[in-house]
Amino acid sequence: MKASAFAYARATSVANALELLASHGERARVLSGGQSLIPAMNLRLVSPELIVDIGELKELRGIAVKGETLVIGALTRHADLLKSSDIVKCAPLLAAAVAHVAHPAIRNRGTIGGSLAQADPASELPACMLALGATIVVRGPGGERRIAAAEFFTGIYETKLAPQDLLVAVELPVARKGSAHFFQEFARRHGDYAIVGLAAQAVLQGDGFADLRLGYFAVGDRPVLAKAAGKLTGVAITPALLAEASAALSDELDPHEDQQATPAMRRHLAKVLLSRCVSTLLNRPDIHRGASA
Amino acid sequence: MTGPVTISLDVNGERVEAQVLPRLNLADFLREHLKLTGTHVGCEHGVCGACTVRVAGEIVRSCLMLAVQANGAVVETIEGLSDSGEVADLQAAFRDRNALQCGFCTPGMLMAAQDLLRENRKPAREEIREHLSGNYCRCTGYQAIIDAVENTARARMELKA
Repeated sequence: MKASAFAYARATSVANALELLASHGERARVLSGGQSLIPAMNLRLVSPELIVDIGELKELRGIAVKGETLVIGALTRHADLLKSSDIVKCAPLLAAAVAHVAHPAIRNRGTIGGSLAQADPASELPACMLALGATIVVRGPGGERRIAAAEFFTGIYETKLAPQDLLVAVELPVARKGSAHFFQEFARRHGDYAIVGLAAQAVLQGDGFADLRLGYFAVGDRPVLAKAAGKLTGVAITPALLAEASAALSDELDPHEDQQATPAMRRHLAKVLLSRCVSTLLNRPDIHRGASA
Repeated sequence: MTGPVTISLDVNGERVEAQVLPRLNLADFLREHLKLTGTHVGCEHGVCGACTVRVAGEIVRSCLMLAVQANGAVVETIEGLSDSGEVADLQAAFRDRNALQCGFCTPGMLMAAQDLLRENRKPAREEIREHLSGNYCRCTGYQAIIDAVENTARARMELKA
């Protein structure tokens, strides 16, 4: 189908975009790469009266390392993230995840800010933000706000963003020494939305984890930072302990049912990913075999 | 703000100026305003890849881009790549290997395959599959398409050698 009619404004600055959003509120939608918004409009799931195109705002584009913080402008495209040496060095989890975001033609247009503002619970980047402990930088009528990723995602396509707000950047802590990451998802076709996925960030210490953050996606109405990870930090990992963490994960998740999978299948796949993650990060194939038996 | 917007862009090397409604997507602009019907419209929500074109040298879904967003851009369609001879060998390989049947997906397949071969002169079959993963074909079962792309890569390497 085709999108219904709308008015179009090309924002000339962040201030100009905020003015347009302030005066049109919920009747306006922000267009960045358009890889989520335009399909939704073509399917007539949304019919905004005004499109505020922020695509020309160069100040919202780019990746910078400022001390211990990696700052990514909202308009930075998935393709830019994939090619950036700063991302590979400072947030390798993100580089691994972006390769799974849709297909090359979509990664050439889609942006990190657009993906996070869209907040599709099956998309990769929101879960990465949880695992990496990101801060989402938002500008609105009252000025700038910084929102922890753990607070930002509030439901299916729902975030802490108000209709008058613009997501301008994300800030990530630069990966510490001894950190490691794991990313895997199950999808019917490479690049499709995941059936279940895991974005994990860890700090290794000896044979175990000093820290482990498990960002699951496509397991409910928003990305989930699994509390079960707590059972695996600061202790020697045994197959029995992994089984315990796995059971806790299963209890904690409340996955949805759709045409791709039942809640039981999603719980099962989430546990498979947990055991793959732990065995891969610790280089312990025995653990994986033990847990999946 | 609600009426037509003037856009100016470069399409296959020609300067184009037009008045378009904001709701018009780039695929429909190319097909209906410029009569460049090689760009196909399949799903209209970014899943099938039949509408793949190049903008600023990079492949994009023209159904997921508004014509107004292409203001000032350099756009290349399958007509441009075909007329310049850039994909002549790839087209011949598709023909030789029967990598098409109805042909609906072929323009998008050629755009995506050429995009891969420009970045990666010697892609593995798995890399070809991954790069074409966003392009649906309902006739061939893909094997022949992968073969054609692989054969083209090999032939281009031999030419360079």
